[in-house]
Amino acid sequence: MRAIELADVGRAYGERVALAGVTLALEQGETLAVFGANGAGKTTLLRILATLLRPHRGTARVLGHELPKQGWAVRGRIGLLGHEPLLYRDLTARENLRFHARLHGVEAQRIEELLDAVGMRARADDPVHTFSRGMVQRTAVCRALLHDPELLLLDEPLAGLDPGAVGLVAPLLKGRTRVLISHDVEAGLAEADLVLGLRQGRVALLGRDVSEADVRALYA
Amino acid sequence: MRHAVAALLRKDLRLELRSPEAVPAMVLFSLSTFVLFHFALDEAEVSGNLAAGILWVTLLFAAVLGVNRLFVAEREEGGFDGFLLAPVDRTALFVAKATLLFAFLAFVEVFMVAAFAFLLLGPSPWAPLPGLVLVLALANAGIAVVGTLVAAIAVQTRARDLLVPLIALPLSVPLVIAGARATAPLLADGGAGALEGRWLMTLGLYDLVFGLLAYAIFDFLLED
Amino acid sequence: MFGRGLKTLSLLSVALLVGAFALVFFYAPNDADQGFIQKIFYLHVPLAIVALFGFVAGGIYGIKYLRTGDRMHDLRSYVAIHLSLIMAVGTLITGSIWSKGSWGHWWLWDEPTLVSFLIVFLLYACYQPLRFSIEDPERQARYAAVFAVIAGAFVPLNFMAVRMAESLAHPRVLTTTGGAMPGSMRLTFLVALAGMAALFVTLWKYELASKHATFRLRALKRKLAADDETWVPNPRRSAAPTL
Repeated sequence: MRAIELADVGRAYGERVALAGVTLALEQGETLAVFGANGAGKTTLLRILATLLRPHRGTARVLGHELPKQGWAVRGRIGLLGHEPLLYRDLTARENLRFHARLHGVEAQRIEELLDAVGMRARADDPVHTFSRGMVQRTAVCRALLHDPELLLLDEPLAGLDPGAVGLVAPLLKGRTRVLISHDVEAGLAEADLVLGLRQGRVALLGRDVSEADVRALYA
Repeated sequence: MRHAVAALLRKDLRLELRSPEAVPAMVLFSLSTFVLFHFALDEAEVSGNLAAGILWVTLLFAAVLGVNRLFVAEREEGGFDGFLLAPVDRTALFVAKATLLFAFLAFVEVFMVAAFAFLLLGPSPWAPLPGLVLVLALANAGIAVVGTLVAAIAVQTRARDLLVPLIALPLSVPLVIAGARATAPLLADGGAGALEGRWLMTLGLYDLVFGLLAYAIFDFLLED
Repeated sequence: MFGRGLKTLSLLSVALLVGAFALVFFYAPNDADQGFIQKIFYLHVPLAIVALFGFVAGGIYGIKYLRTGDRMHDLRSYVAIHLSLIMAVGTLITGSIWSKGSWGHWWLWDEPTLVSFLIVFLLYACYQPLRFSIEDPERQARYAAVFAVIAGAFVPLNFMAVRMAESLAHPRVLTTTGGAMPGSMRLTFLVALAGMAALFVTLWKYELASKHATFRLRALKRKLAADDETWVPNPRRSAAPTL
């Protein structure tokens, strides 16, 4: 079973085309790196894969299930780490994670493991609005990994993290099927098994052996 | 689904306790409104129709305040996404929010009725109390259901704060009709009158129709 | 797609309305209590009935849109509601004129139809502002459909509650000759009702045809432009659904 299979997937906002004609296949355990200028459709693609948006055209299969009809079957197996941390600012880190753990049916033990792994144990009982950007991001990483998802959808996951935090977080994000949006061309390419480049919602680049120059041309 | 509803309720109650916004506002608002009514009507004591009217109008406007705040945390802190990613029945959000609103209303009404009895009500509040509680409970259910629906519709629009009262108030007219007509004899001058069954049935019917409708239709508001 | 039968429908509407007009003025007898002013009943009640059906139809098409996602249902729902709203305003105005003419007051709280329509008008007046304040067209259609369904279910409940509120103290006032309608009046009424219904359906189809044509034109223009950069979408925002 392939992790992701997209065939001519498209999505429009009224008359504006956000995404069109995206066709690709990603095997399990592989990493798809998505590059493109702002507004190219990267976030739209990510949200479609996360079952938050319905594709208007084409077929999308994630973990063997077709979206949107079978979205409910995959939701518990996908983890999303987007621009929004999806945390309530007035609650503590632990309370936020407990809430998500309850929704996903995850045991409390896992919360403690993850908090330890990202080095947030000490501040776990402080409200999120007292956190720095990096601390919010680390707590968001815990939230995304809480239910041990098979597929990780990441939008610049290491943004806002100092080198020490990066050292803690980066290993946690490995070892699963991933879709990674990154503006760091070198780092993104190093991790990628498959590279997708979007321009104005359309596929401008797709392949397994892609050079850095090709990717940089997307932003020209 | 029960677990999801419980998780959502706990989270929302904790948020409201941590930084109370909606409930204190609703209580203070009702008190201010009673004061305003006193001066606007130039009455020191009210009973019967007048009392019922003041009580219900104040309750409705206080409810609108609460409705406006219902989904704000979700909208501002990405809570919708967080919930939509979970492998739970999406109607759980409706049940949790409606229950939350019902709880807020019940809490506010304790203060509201006490303040009303203290400030404006002529006859003694003790005799009509059981009947009043029953009518309020039924009406609260209706307000909770309709309020949650309207809040969910309005939260994704640009004119959020304006649309909630504009849509919710006409929708609440049957509740006010039944509620006020049922309450008026209870607050009559000569001692509490009887509680008429047909108004309770009207409230019950409204609750049932909109409850079922909301349950069936809420999911469509969360899709994208 | 919608043009079929439009000409026949228009002719039928005109015929029925002219017929009703003639009947009202030359055939139906003057009401014993209220005199000539009572004849506005032949305008007021058909407007009310057709508007009510229109609102419920709006709700039904809303359900259909939610189930199928076919934008045409959303368009049908929008047009039905917006025409019914116009008719509701007509109901309020004619009702007010009737009440002033018969009873000397511009407004009667005792008349449940009039009061219900005021509330229903206040509710549906929010429909277009609601649509206008949601930018994403698909979300706009979905939310409007949910609104249409809720409001559609509300209309009968509201009518019932208002009726109950007034029924004990005051009997229906805006009726004809104390309730029993003679045959001539009934005939005139039915023709007027049929004419109003035909008018509604004709206007509905006209508006659907016109909007559908506009969208087809825009879609073709877009195809012709091919390149999205030279295509300029309609700069004027409107509450109407897009397809």
